[in-house]
Amino acid sequence: MLPEKKLELRKLAYKIRIGITEEIKARGFGHIGGSLSIADVLAVLYGDVMRCDPKKPGMPERDKLVCSKGHAGPAVYAALALKGYFSYDELKTLNQPGTNLPSHCDRRKTPGIDMTTGSLGQGTSLAVGMALGDKIKGRDCRTFLIVGDGEINEGQAWEAAMFTAAKKVNNLVWLIDNNKKQLDGYTKDILDTFNLEDKFRAFGFEAFTIDGNDLEQISTALSKKAGDKPIAIVLDTVKGKGIKEVEETAANHSMTPKPEDCDRWLEQLHKELSALA
Amino acid sequence: MNIVYNGEMDTRLFKNVLGQTISELLSEDENVVYLDADLMGCIGTAKLPKETNRAINCGIAEANMVGIACGMSAVGFKPIVHTFGPFASRRCYDQVFLSGGYAGNSITVIGTDPGVTATFNGGTHMPFEDVALYRALPGATIVDITDVPMLVDFLRQAKDLPGVKYIRVGRKASAQVYEEGSHFELGKGNVLREGRDAAVIACGIMVHEAMKAAQILSQDGIEAAVIDIFTIKPLDEALVKAYARKTGAIVTAENHNKIGGLYSAVKDVLDGEAKTGYVAVEDKFGEVGPQDYLQERFGLTAEHIVNTVKETLKRAGK
Ligand SMILES: Cc1ncc(C[n+]2csc(CCOP(=O)(O)OP(=O)(O)O)c2C)c(N)n1
Repeated sequence: MLPEKKLELRKLAYKIRIGITEEIKARGFGHIGGSLSIADVLAVLYGDVMRCDPKKPGMPERDKLVCSKGHAGPAVYAALALKGYFSYDELKTLNQPGTNLPSHCDRRKTPGIDMTTGSLGQGTSLAVGMALGDKIKGRDCRTFLIVGDGEINEGQAWEAAMFTAAKKVNNLVWLIDNNKKQLDGYTKDILDTFNLEDKFRAFGFEAFTIDGNDLEQISTALSKKAGDKPIAIVLDTVKGKGIKEVEETAANHSMTPKPEDCDRWLEQLHKELSALA
Repeated sequence: MNIVYNGEMDTRLFKNVLGQTISELLSEDENVVYLDADLMGCIGTAKLPKETNRAINCGIAEANMVGIACGMSAVGFKPIVHTFGPFASRRCYDQVFLSGGYAGNSITVIGTDPGVTATFNGGTHMPFEDVALYRALPGATIVDITDVPMLVDFLRQAKDLPGVKYIRVGRKASAQVYEEGSHFELGKGNVLREGRDAAVIACGIMVHEAMKAAQILSQDGIEAAVIDIFTIKPLDEALVKAYARKTGAIVTAENHNKIGGLYSAVKDVLDGEAKTGYVAVEDKFGEVGPQDYLQERFGLTAEHIVNTVKETLKRAGK
C-alpha cells in the first residue's frame, strides 16, 4: 500500500470511530463494542476496496456490503456518512423517533445500506443470494459479508457457508469479526467455536486469519482474487478496539456511557487523529 | 384475588424477577433445566451459581436450543427456554411446533420484549405476530404477563404443565395489578373493574392502559368493565361471551398485530352477541424508538381505547 493511501485509511478509521462515539453520545447508549471492532475493515472497504458511488446507491454493478451483525449499524452509518451517502449531522439521530438510522441496519431506511440485518445469521444467506444473483447476471462485482463470531453460532451461517463453497460463489467474501466476545461474555465460555479458520477450510474455503485491526493486513487480504474456492478471512479483532476504556470494560456489548465519558473518548481520538497529519 | 392497582409502576423490573424465579426453580426442582441463547445477561441469569449444570447457554442458536430442550423433555426434564420474543417464536417455530407440540414434548418458552417493549432494538426485534404463531400450534398455552405476581405464579405453574407454554413478558417495570402471592387460574380471565356499558378485554401492557381508559370513560359517564384476559390460549370463552351479552360492546386491547392475536381470538368465539372494536397494531412492522413514542405511533394508548370504546358504543346504538 502506498504511504499516502495508508495515511488516508488510518485517518478514515479514526473518523469512523469518532462517528460511532458521536452517535452513541447523542443517544446515550448503543452497541459500541462490536461497532468499534469493525471500524478498520470498514475503513479499508469504503475507503479503498469497494466500488460504490454515494450518488448511485442502487447501482446494480456496485460492490455490496452485508453487515450481518446488524447491531453494528453505528459503525456502518459512520462509514456511509463519511463517504457521502447522507449528511454527517444525521448520525446524531441514531435511534431517535422517526430516524433513518435504527440500531440495526435497514436497507429501506438508510441510503447505502445494502441489506437489512439484525436477526443474527440471516445476513449470511442474504449475502450468498446477492452474490449468486450478481454472478448469474454477469456483473463484475463482489459482496462483502461481515459476520460476528457469536453470530456464527447460528446454524444458518453454516448452511450459507456450505452453499458458498459448494456452489463456488467466489464473488462473495466472508469476513468473520473474531473479537472473541458475544453478548453474555467470551465466545469460548458460551459456545466455543474452536478454530474458525480450520472450520472454513474444512467447508471448502480458502481461509486465512489476519489481524483484523491492521489496515495493511486487511488491505492485502481484500486485494486477493478468489479462484474457484471462495475466500473467508478470519479477522482477529478486539471488541471495543480504539477506545481503551471500552476495550477494558468486560460488558462492552452495549454500553450506556455518560456524556463526559464520550467527550473524553472523543478528545483522545481527535488528538490521535491530528497527530497523524 | 385482591386487586391492588393504583396506577403506579412497580419498583421491580420483570428481568430481575425472571432471573430470580428461574434461579429458585433450578434449586427447588432438580428436573428443571434452563436454556438461553446468549441473552442471560438480559434477564439476570448470567450470574447463576456455577455448580448448576442445568443452566445452559446455547449460544445464538435458537432453533437448536429449542430442539435440545425438547429432547431433554423426552428424558424427564422440565425445560425453560428464553430468548427475545421474535427469536422465541419466528426463529424457532418449526422446532417448537414439531419437536415440541407434535412430538408431545413439554417446554416453557419465555419470549421477552413483546411488541413495542422491544423499543431501541427496533423492527427486527419487535414481535407483533408471536401470539398468532403460538395460537396456531395445537394445544399451546399462551400467557401475556400483566405484572410481577402473575409472572412469578405462572412461571411456577408452567414448568409442571404438559405441552408447549409461551410466556410473553417485558423486561422493564409494569403497573402492579394483583396482590403479592396471588394465584392465577389458567384460562380464566380476571374482571378488574365492573361496568355495564362496555367491556375492555386486555392483556399484557395494555391492561394498565385499559384501567386508565376506564377511569377517563367513567368521567364521561360511560362505565366500562376491564377484563385482564392474560391467557390468550385457551381463551376464557365463557367470560368473553358473558360480557358480550351483558354490555353489547366489546373492545380488545393488545400489544400485537390485530391479525391472529387477542382480537382474532375474541372474534372467533363471538357470534353476534356484541359489537366489537380493537386497539392493536394495524398490519405493520415494528420500528425503533422509546416505548411511549411507539405506543402512540401504533395506537396502543388509553386514549385510543377511550375513542374505540365510544366508537363501538355508537355502532351498538348505545
Ligand atoms: C437471532 C438473534 N438472536 C439473538 C440476538 C440478540 N443479540 C444481538 S447482538 C448479540 C451478540 C452478538 O455477538 P457477535 O456476533 O459476536 O457480535 P459482536 O460481539 O461482534 O458485537 C445477540 C445475542 C439477535 N440480534 N438475533
